[in-house]
Amino acid sequence: MDVIKPAPGFEDILPLEYQELVADGPYGRSLGVKDLGTFKELIEDHPLCAGCNLTLSFRLLLASLPKPEDTLIVTTAGCFGVIHPQIALHASIAPFGTQNAFASGLTRAMRIRFPEKQKDVITIGGDGSFADIGMAPTTHSWFRGEKFASFMLDNECYANTGGQASGMTPEGVVLNMAPKGKSFDKIPFVEIAKLAGCAYVATASPTKPRQVESMVRRAILVAREVGPTFVRLACVCATNYKLTPIEAHRKSKELVSQTDEYMTEAAREYLESLEGAA
Amino acid sequence: MPDIGVEIPARTVVTAEHMLFDAPREQRYLIGNEAVAEAVKRANVDFVVVYPITPQSEVSHLCGDLWARGLIRDYYRGEDELHVMVSAMGAATGGVRVFTATSGPGTMRAMEAISCWPGYRLPLVCAFMGRGVGTPANIQPDSVEIAYLLETGMIIFHVENPQDFFDMTIAAYAIAEQPEVHVPVAVFADGFFVTHSREVVELPPESEVLARYDPAVAPVPAMDMETVPVRMARDCLVIKSNFISYNANASWQQEVWAAQHRARKHINRLMGGSVEVLHPDAEILLVASGSAAAQARVAMQEARRQGLDVGFVKIKVIRPFPEREVVEACKKAKHILIPEFNMNGWLAREVKSRVDNNSRIFAGPRVFAGMTMPPELILDEMHKLVGART
Ligand SMILES: Cc1ncc(C[n+]2csc(CCOP(=O)(O)OP(=O)(O)O)c2C)c(N)n1
Ligand code: SF4
Repeated sequence: MDVIKPAPGFEDILPLEYQELVADGPYGRSLGVKDLGTFKELIEDHPLCAGCNLTLSFRLLLASLPKPEDTLIVTTAGCFGVIHPQIALHASIAPFGTQNAFASGLTRAMRIRFPEKQKDVITIGGDGSFADIGMAPTTHSWFRGEKFASFMLDNECYANTGGQASGMTPEGVVLNMAPKGKSFDKIPFVEIAKLAGCAYVATASPTKPRQVESMVRRAILVAREVGPTFVRLACVCATNYKLTPIEAHRKSKELVSQTDEYMTEAAREYLESLEGAA
Repeated sequence: MPDIGVEIPARTVVTAEHMLFDAPREQRYLIGNEAVAEAVKRANVDFVVVYPITPQSEVSHLCGDLWARGLIRDYYRGEDELHVMVSAMGAATGGVRVFTATSGPGTMRAMEAISCWPGYRLPLVCAFMGRGVGTPANIQPDSVEIAYLLETGMIIFHVENPQDFFDMTIAAYAIAEQPEVHVPVAVFADGFFVTHSREVVELPPESEVLARYDPAVAPVPAMDMETVPVRMARDCLVIKSNFISYNANASWQQEVWAAQHRARKHINRLMGGSVEVLHPDAEILLVASGSAAAQARVAMQEARRQGLDVGFVKIKVIRPFPEREVVEACKKAKHILIPEFNMNGWLAREVKSRVDNNSRIFAGPRVFAGMTMPPELILDEMHKLVGART
């Protein structure tokens, strides 16, 4: 990837971190989750809670991108939103819950400017940003058939604002603003995604890194050609559910006991043509 | 998905100066909505996303027709104004030329997104077609929306008539896209009075367009992974709690307003200045913007026929506010009247906070809620002020 290479003679004045990205970053190489620890990652430090499952999901997601050098990331407010300026890709933060509206405009701009080149736009948001405040722009981007992948980091609450119940919090859970226990069940957002026209819908948890990788890749590949895609990454919030990191990890695993993967016939054929060819 | 990346018919690329000053003009009889669509056609716009609302819907339809004819590259009706304005932001961040438009309640709904545009340094152009907001519900003309937009960091033009709507929209793109400016422009037209008044509008040829937007000249790189993937996005998220973040955030905000200031020379070049002044030495001065300026212009002519010593200042640019020009124009006047199409008189406050001896200023007449402002109303106030009823 030539654009990241400094002009000759300038290498040593750049920050060490940048030099490492040039020498050993993932751009233009087919690296994945199995290679973690052997290359310079797109994200390194983060300011989030120690032992956070959401952060682990974020890290795995970035390590699974099929073509990082042409990936554009749209995030929004939420715990993960605080990491976004530290990603070594072009990343932008949309107003809370509007990530899929932003990505609709951005995807269209990429197709106008680079008709011959695939740019992978992806959105990353919380359960609150997709299922509550951002329900309309999310589902409408799917109704319109906007071709990009959406990734929900479902920590089952509004974590960034201090642990309030979200629409994706299970019924009965006591969190801020649900002092008597949440009064209705988890929004069936995965089902909504299927109904709204996603060509590929999956749920994974960071406790199974290789599965996360496979689902992230499939979602991005299907979005290139077939239609919108959605992946829910179950990663319960340790801090606000008052769990130790180990307990939170275990709980995230329980939340995704079986592989949950749906795809349309067109998506299946497309993936088979790719995976068969590989 | 609609077809995008359609072939655009070959057209001749011209500069904004040529289009505004040199190109031959043909007379057409157009409403404001049609005039702004004619500007979109000639501005070589890549992408329009929009949501209909009275009195703006016609331009939403007309942009759809332009797209169907291959004269803009992509278009859709969004789900609501907030997400229209966010989609516009996403596309402009990706480095294409964007147009959108809204009105009254749509502006209010979209405010969160609109407040983000200047900080993203997006050169997009939005036509606002002013109508009443709030309760009682009101679709009638009102310029109150400008009061809400004043501190967003957008450049704001206030058009007097359909001709202005065309010319100022073309100028808006040329000014917004200057590398040293690169902030969004609001082209504000009063609902119905401008959006639906049919008037003679002189248009340059349809075969001439502005050059395509080149994101390479932007002061902040487009989001496209064609430039260095530095660990900071175009919108510079600096929300960490330390002094360096606060300082970066503060300078980023100041830079938006400095960019507005740097737009002044381009406004002078492409719009003949931020104000139009007639009879600056007069005893009574009418200071107005938008369609109130159109009414004040007629009132001035009538008053002068009646022998009153009256001058006129049309403020074309509300942001960056033409402080120096307004102070200069108001220097000699004994009485200053500021007619407005809104209840609270934001323009009078803008003027009062800049000129001295505010006892000279009569902040009115003001009409709103759909009422019209006959020139006689302005004349009447002038007569009261000089105590010389005719
Ligand atoms: C318009 C608007 N309303 C409210 C907020 C405050 N806010 C920021 S993040 C957040 C909750 C985020 O929850 P979620 O999307 O589940 O992400 P998490 O923090 O749990 O990762 C809220 C309410 C905001 N930033 N913008
Ligand atoms: S509050 Fe929860 S989701 Fe947010 S960083 Fe901490 S553990 Fe992770």
